[in-house]
Amino acid sequence: MPSPTVPPAVHPGPSAAISEVPDALGRFGRYGGRYVPETLSAALEQLQAAYEDARADPAFAAELDQLLSAFVGRPTPLLFARRLTEYAGGAQIWFKREDLSHTGAHKINNTLGQGLLAIRMGKKRIIAETGAGQHGVATATACARFGLDCVVYMGSEDIRRQEPNVRSMRMMGAEVRPVESGSRTLRDAINEAMRDWMGSVETTHYIIGSVVGPHPFPRIVRDFQSVIGQETLLACRRDIGRLPDCVVACVGGGSNAAGMFYPLVDHASIRLVGVEAGGRSAKPGDHAASLSFGQPGILHGSLSYVLQDADGQTSDVHSVSAGLDYPGVGPEHSYWHDAGRVEYTSVTDEEALETFDLVARREGILPALETSHALAWAVKEASRRPANETIVVCLSGRGDKDAAEIARLRALQGAD
Amino acid sequence: MSRDDQPLAAVFASLAARGQKAVAPFITAGDPDLETTLQVIEALDRAGAAVCELGVPYSDPIADGPVIQASYTRALAAGFTLEGLFATVKQATSKVTMPILTMVSYSIIYRRGIDRFVADAVACGLAGMVVPDLPLEESDQLDTAARASGLALVRLVTPTTPAGRAEEIARRSTGFLYCVSVAGVTGARSELPDGLVERVAWLRTKTDVPVLVGFGVSTPQQVASVTAVADGAIVGSALVRRIGELAASGGKTAITAGVTQYVSELVTAARFHPHDRRDHTPGN
Repeated sequence: MPSPTVPPAVHPGPSAAISEVPDALGRFGRYGGRYVPETLSAALEQLQAAYEDARADPAFAAELDQLLSAFVGRPTPLLFARRLTEYAGGAQIWFKREDLSHTGAHKINNTLGQGLLAIRMGKKRIIAETGAGQHGVATATACARFGLDCVVYMGSEDIRRQEPNVRSMRMMGAEVRPVESGSRTLRDAINEAMRDWMGSVETTHYIIGSVVGPHPFPRIVRDFQSVIGQETLLACRRDIGRLPDCVVACVGGGSNAAGMFYPLVDHASIRLVGVEAGGRSAKPGDHAASLSFGQPGILHGSLSYVLQDADGQTSDVHSVSAGLDYPGVGPEHSYWHDAGRVEYTSVTDEEALETFDLVARREGILPALETSHALAWAVKEASRRPANETIVVCLSGRGDKDAAEIARLRALQGAD
Repeated sequence: MSRDDQPLAAVFASLAARGQKAVAPFITAGDPDLETTLQVIEALDRAGAAVCELGVPYSDPIADGPVIQASYTRALAAGFTLEGLFATVKQATSKVTMPILTMVSYSIIYRRGIDRFVADAVACGLAGMVVPDLPLEESDQLDTAARASGLALVRLVTPTTPAGRAEEIARRSTGFLYCVSVAGVTGARSELPDGLVERVAWLRTKTDVPVLVGFGVSTPQQVASVTAVADGAIVGSALVRRIGELAASGGKTAITAGVTQYVSELVTAARFHPHDRRDHTPGN
């Protein structure tokens, strides 16, 4: 831990906008940075340079915009959730429909952007990790579109509980490599992808799926996902006639939340809420709520809130949702947390499962179990707020992938 | 030569005087348990190892291949703690003269607190640290604390490190410089990569500290070819695998006997090579 002489984390002065991060070393306040083996340093520098180069190139933006429009189907709509609002009996609930994106989640925004970066760097092989499988599918999709080789690392426990996504990845030509180490979930898949990259870094690009990892990944992924928040601002002005009062998103690594929040953080009137996986209980090992229960530490190349023991060993975590089942969180979320700009809270497995059913029956949408966490908080909160207020939920992904696992869990409960 | 690498400098000077290159074995602390680790350290010392690198088990070691990962998992499952590590090193340093370094993730150092970790390391007699996930840009705080306490901070250069950066790393490494032979994770490999000899020779011109080669070195033949140009060889996965297998099959006596035999062969292979005509004085 830093010595007591280190100033407190984040105190943006009147001139410093909270969005003016990261710095040149990838710092979001005190968080972020690049804690990786030397073998990866050159590739991260190359990625940083390629990204700066691409940002300055109008042709890059034009190609990505064209793909986001014709391939992904953007912009995604903002939908008033009429029957869910009636159910809650308070503030209006609106959905930002990322679930309507090609491949069924926001993840494709990032994989197309990073795929184009890989092409610019002359790298023809792509590796990725995946938890829920949404990022794996989005990576396999981008690779099929661009003609790149694709290997996806996925924990064997997640392969079991997100089987439909595994099938999709394989159909699009990706190799899905099961990871049997550790808890056999997202964290172990990231470890394995990093190890692959250690030996393949000169010919391979690692498309990390969330706003985690060493600099410059948290910034690049946030930027590619920021289309969510930008479209939300436009749609709110057009469809609601004003900015929303509150915007909520689920947070595992935190990419849909970062993409939704980043364009909004300088709009001080908007309340921003990130919902973590509360799992079975608040006991260590029973949840995956790093910001709610963790402390600053280093995991997967950056400094951020992490769930770890007193010796720095990463804790085992649990969530019914494979995409939130992760002991760390993106460094920018830690920065927003300490700055008090975003509130972070958690929702239990059971609340998420109940909300999945509720939204399915009242709105005709199967939300991803990850998204169901944000929805659960939104329904509770809407019931406490007046009808003239609006809550926008980032409906980050569709829940078809979860249907079989939910049925299995329900059957187990029935058998108890 | 700065004060901070004196224990290591003395070892390399003494080796050079005997026409011997350094064999630096890596073992995982707490695999199968810390009591055995202590016995293995004594066996390494007896076998003529120059330096012992003691790996601190970590739950998420991204630079390690399957063999070392598995040993970390076993050690953590057997109840490894940092308190146990420091106590074991304290016992070991009272019994052996061979310097002991720790190979430790920055995640672990950061969690304990940099100043506290360095103080604990000094108190138990560790000679230095290798921190494989701490690149140059993030290392100022630990570097300052280590220098102030006389602990070596051994830095790593890899095949993907650009020349200018390699020079900077070589200049800032204390104790010795760790030259990673291959781009990849730890683990035994059948062939040493092309260009390694030239790279080591070039690195030796960029630093006053000895240059040791690690990753993929496991056989006496590989130790002989590496030490024909480098000041020493680091052997990890092959030894860790052996300890794991012997622990599963033969018990503790078998472990120390097996380690002694294997490391003795490596030490013999690291004798001065008649065709190696460079100046052997470290710090020249």
